[in-house]
Amino acid sequence: MLDRQKMPEQDPKVRRSNFNEVALGFTDDQAIEEAKRCLQCKKPKCIEGCPVEVRIPDFVKYVSIGDFDSAIKEIKSVNALPAICGRVCPQESQCEALCILGKKGGPVSIGRLERFVSDYESKLEAEIPKKPEPTGKKVAIVGSGPAGLTAAADLARVGHSVTIFEALHAAGGVLTYGIPEFRLPKDIVRAEVEYVKKLGVTLLLDSVIGKIDTVDELLSDFDAVFLGTGAGLPMFLNIDGENLNGVYSANEFLTRVNLMKSYKFPDYDTPIKKGKHVVVVGGGNVAMDSARCALRLGATEVTIVYRRGEEEMPARAEEIEHAKEEGIKFRLLTNPVRLNGDAKNWVTDIECINMYLCEPDESGRCKPMPLAGSEHKIEADVVIIAIGTSPNPLVPRTTKGLEISKHGTIIAKENGATTKEGVFAGGDAVTGAATVISAMGAGKIAARAIDEYLKGK
Amino acid sequence: MPFKILKKQELVPTIHLMDISAPRIARKAQPGQFVILRIDETGERIPLTIADFDRKKGTITMIFQAMGKTTTQLSTLKEGNDLLDFIGPLGNPAHIENEGTVILVGGGVGVAPVFPQARAFKEAGNKVISIIGARSANLLLWEDKMREFSDELYITTDDGSKGHHGFVTDIVKKILESGTSVDRVIAIGPPVMMRAVAGVTKPFNVKTIVSLNSIMVDGTGMCGACRVLVGNETKFACVDGPEFDAHLVDFTLLMNRLAIYQPEEKIAFEKYKCEREGCKC
Repeated sequence: MLDRQKMPEQDPKVRRSNFNEVALGFTDDQAIEEAKRCLQCKKPKCIEGCPVEVRIPDFVKYVSIGDFDSAIKEIKSVNALPAICGRVCPQESQCEALCILGKKGGPVSIGRLERFVSDYESKLEAEIPKKPEPTGKKVAIVGSGPAGLTAAADLARVGHSVTIFEALHAAGGVLTYGIPEFRLPKDIVRAEVEYVKKLGVTLLLDSVIGKIDTVDELLSDFDAVFLGTGAGLPMFLNIDGENLNGVYSANEFLTRVNLMKSYKFPDYDTPIKKGKHVVVVGGGNVAMDSARCALRLGATEVTIVYRRGEEEMPARAEEIEHAKEEGIKFRLLTNPVRLNGDAKNWVTDIECINMYLCEPDESGRCKPMPLAGSEHKIEADVVIIAIGTSPNPLVPRTTKGLEISKHGTIIAKENGATTKEGVFAGGDAVTGAATVISAMGAGKIAARAIDEYLKGK
Repeated sequence: MPFKILKKQELVPTIHLMDISAPRIARKAQPGQFVILRIDETGERIPLTIADFDRKKGTITMIFQAMGKTTTQLSTLKEGNDLLDFIGPLGNPAHIENEGTVILVGGGVGVAPVFPQARAFKEAGNKVISIIGARSANLLLWEDKMREFSDELYITTDDGSKGHHGFVTDIVKKILESGTSVDRVIAIGPPVMMRAVAGVTKPFNVKTIVSLNSIMVDGTGMCGACRVLVGNETKFACVDGPEFDAHLVDFTLLMNRLAIYQPEEKIAFEKYKCEREGCKC
């Protein structure tokens, strides 16, 4: 069996100083060759690994015969955001993890093929499915991130009138403010949002629900509400020095870079501290994104500080690999204890302690413990805290009868139904910070439940 | 969805008033809250406190001082022009009740956000003592509007060109020392002024509220740029504030953090002036 086709990428030495996309995508020939590797299993395992239920072998078959139009049509009949999924899904732990070829030459590159056919379509005029018969029912979607966009698309496809309320000035949620251009170009996000709008969805930007309207007010205009408000509240370490100048939450740093385009300052007005010695605290994809952004802004040295080992890092293997190739330094088994600053409140260094791992804790990962006497300082003029986020309380605080957990997440059944009649929720707002694709899966499931609910109304 | 500028007026040199058509926001706006605006595609998001609102007309009034790039650019816009983004009402409304006697202190452009509170406190049945200050008489804002809702109105100027020659704190101190029973003080203005007012009222143990103008990006609790230390706890000015107990606020940290982007603000402003006026460099 042939080996997987290699994805062309920008040279690490070049890409570390630009914001252009790292992965360049398959050529037509590569895509066809890769698709031909698919065994077209009678009982395909890969589909079970896809949270949004893409019929993978069917679209791959079309690619293998060079019928890219049919391939993208097949995907889009179930997934409205394939160009995004093809780029940011952790396929290695989902569809591709279940591919039979995993044992022989590597699994079929399902994600890269999905990306290929989406990019193929983006060069043409995307075909818009025929508008269904209107049901006369209205649904409000709060938040235009992956969960909201998916729920909106699926509800519009069955004829409901859908309006998305987005707090920021651009749609996409974390796809727009969080994930950097070099991993997910914003033109791609815009195009996918446009596609959702063409399905008949109305998008209202600059609309902070909980402020401009409450959920209860939405319920007087709409038959159902879906909350896809994400996990936007940054967590800090709660150690001394965290309010020093030069210390960012990853959310702030990435929002400035991605949403506000501060990497183009002063052509764009939003400033950012570029830093010479940048330290990023955390081991997830957001930490990798922050570190790689800092590098591209021109830092001399970027160091990731993580309290566990590489094995335990929640970031995708590919992202860790990319970061290493670009020259990001990793200080593993290292935990910050204090940030020090100068007289003008600017951060000068981050004081850390070495850690060792003992028995697994409730998360199944080994619990890190401090190694006495190993305190040391790492020089830093910019520090980015990327240790996670929790759900934004604006909606729960202003919605009567919507129960939340002690972690601040919205309590919802498997189908997305919350404790409030007519209100459904999904994505990070329910699970806490997770992945784009799991949020999309939750949006899909909730859309089905909302459709059922509306039929009974 | 652009937001139209319905009225634009230079009230005093460098300080401008703007009425923005934003019916959905005007419907909900309360004294003490703020909006975030973005002028155009390359613009930054800046917070401005709501100076007034008209639910019938569907307008929000903002008062701002042309100081840096964005506020100067904003000051060049004309009636009929649009703002690209206008988001609000953000932050918590001011806590307004019948307290008894309330002193409202507004310094410089801070008189604007104090005004709707003066009106609301008056309407709630309070005795309203207002103190408004400016560097000079020609920079004094909204004396008439403030007088309408004040039982007593004091004016201070740094150069003595009108009213008391000195600072707003002089008057606050005089009132408190005179034995007048004061139930609450609201102070909005430059951080140094707010810190000074807090310093004056502390020994008298009078509840004092300030509105913090931290740097913000999203204004919805997402980024933490606006974090301030209140009673040794980190708070986000955008969602936990913008109003806080003045006696608990770490003003030094606030001022240090407000200075984070000074070099960048200068670069952006120089570039803007070059582009507008033609560059000599």
